[in-house]
Amino acid sequence: MKPSSRPRYYGVLAEFESPAALVAAARATHEAGYRKYDAYSPFPIEELADAMHDHKNPISKIVFFAGLTGACVGFGMQAYANLIHYPMNIAGRPLYAWPMFIPITFECTVAFAAFTGVLAMLALNGLPRPHHPLFDVPSFSQATQSRFFLCIESDDPKFDLEGVRKFLEGLKPMEIHDVENH
Amino acid sequence: MPASNEFEPSVSPTSRLPVIGPGHTYASINEKISALVLLRGTTLGWLVGFGIAFMIFMMMLGSISYLLYKGVGVWGINNRVGWGFDIINFVWWIGIGHAGTLISAILLLLHQKWRTSINRFAEAMTLFAVACAGLFPVLHLGRPWYAYFLFPYPNTMGMYFPQFRSPLEWDVFAVSTYASVSLVFWYVGLIPDLATLRDRARSWLAKTVYGFFSLGWRGSARHWHRYESIYLLLAGLSTPLVLSVHTIVSFDFAVSIIPGWHATFFPPYFVAGAIYAGFAMVLTLAIPVRWVYGLEDFITDKHLENMGLITLVTGNMVGYAYIMELFYGWYSANEYEQFMVHNRVLGPYWALYVALIVCNIIAPQFLWARRIRRNAWWLFGISMFVSVGMWLERYVIIVVSLHRTFLPSGWGTYAGTFWDWTLYIGTMGFFLTLLFLFIRLLPIISMSEMQMLLPGASGAPQKGEAKP
Repeated sequence: MKPSSRPRYYGVLAEFESPAALVAAARATHEAGYRKYDAYSPFPIEELADAMHDHKNPISKIVFFAGLTGACVGFGMQAYANLIHYPMNIAGRPLYAWPMFIPITFECTVAFAAFTGVLAMLALNGLPRPHHPLFDVPSFSQATQSRFFLCIESDDPKFDLEGVRKFLEGLKPMEIHDVENH
Repeated sequence: MPASNEFEPSVSPTSRLPVIGPGHTYASINEKISALVLLRGTTLGWLVGFGIAFMIFMMMLGSISYLLYKGVGVWGINNRVGWGFDIINFVWWIGIGHAGTLISAILLLLHQKWRTSINRFAEAMTLFAVACAGLFPVLHLGRPWYAYFLFPYPNTMGMYFPQFRSPLEWDVFAVSTYASVSLVFWYVGLIPDLATLRDRARSWLAKTVYGFFSLGWRGSARHWHRYESIYLLLAGLSTPLVLSVHTIVSFDFAVSIIPGWHATFFPPYFVAGAIYAGFAMVLTLAIPVRWVYGLEDFITDKHLENMGLITLVTGNMVGYAYIMELFYGWYSANEYEQFMVHNRVLGPYWALYVALIVCNIIAPQFLWARRIRRNAWWLFGISMFVSVGMWLERYVIIVVSLHRTFLPSGWGTYAGTFWDWTLYIGTMGFFLTLLFLFIRLLPIISMSEMQMLLPGASGAPQKGEAKP
């Protein structure tokens, strides 16, 4: 990667002691007009989505339509096999025996919905992504353990290094780190 | 509504016994659980346990090798009883697996916080039990190398599809969907914990391997948001899935016309039996693990008591089903059904029927006493009885119904052979081998979910802030 094509800093990272402090900081950051920022915590924090105004979540819609597709594929496959591809007369029983198709239709619904949903979650989250500039901050390893972080990113239109540092200092974090792009 | 609202992260003040021991912080939960994997190392006890399990697993491979060399004739199955140990063991194992999904999915949807510390473990149990279960029908095919015939695929024979109007084909779809969705559910739950292990590991190898499987998870709030909604949706999908799997397993019997099988109450009866056997197995495994690894703070007496209660309730449902089986046989006014009931209770296999009643109906009645429900070793003993009883139940349903059906000229008897037993016991070794590896290599309790049980984890401001 050419160093010149990207800004030197990924953002500024502030470290907090408790979920409540992180939620307060995220709320203040949003109110100050920053939009490109993210919070990091070892477990999901209920209040954070509200504080960050992060309400868009297409996962449930994706899962619904994947399930619908699965149902159509499952039922269609069985109807096609029994009616068109290889009609088999077994003692005069009806070929279009739809009650017999329900179990497999259901299983296909669940399989499509579950796998599509998980892949969509990973894709929307941009994972797998083995490396990230934040991993270069030594104390960031605590983000999966017992500390809470907030990072204002440099592609935010309001970002200027000094201003962001000052703003974050005002939120009374335990520590502040500059995150460099590599 | 954001999905995160569906989780209740704090300990409810009204619960009588705590779901987590006192004095824990975010860091202490993390340290204690990850230390089991990263710091404890390979102990002598683990090696001995793993070694024994591995030897039994090798016996299973030996038994399968001989089976493939000679054919299914080495088993006890005959013209009368065409399904013997293979389907008994298949139903037994898959029933055991169902408790894992019940704990991880249904109890999540019902906001049962006590599920948190046992769900990872129970889900692993599900996966390993389904792996054992899947072996039996495939080996029973006789030519297991043609097992792919069971799936629809384009081929030169011009028959792209299997026979979809057969319950055995439904089983193929149900069990393969169940196994793969359970695996994905388990893995999604593991991702944040694998990231924790990546960040705590000291050795290069552990960092790399855990780093690879954690997919670069960094705990971003925007990621958590989507993560929680898919986790909840997976729970919502797994709930009807687990019920459908055992319903379809019961259709293998109920759709036929064999006396004793052809009954409409089979699906709920089988599902209750599956949950009953599964909770007994969770108790059988969780009690020694909690004791060996000192996890009394996380798997508390409340967990044991609740599991005991579920065992008692489902045990009584199964008991009700046994009584209804006798009633249906009599009420059907059908001489074959009536003979089946007579033959089940007083025929050549009467001793198994009595043992079944003792294990499955009488043994769990001790759980009415709170003192016994809260005593780990009593629970352990009762759960052993239940595991044996549930195996006997399938034996009685399958063998006793098949060995004397409509024409007396076709009557016969059945017994498992040496190769039946080595395969059955061998799968227990397979199961335990996987379980020992799981305990050694992965966190057996979900760290991120345990942290959510602490007060203050919801992020709402409060007076006594949890110390980091």
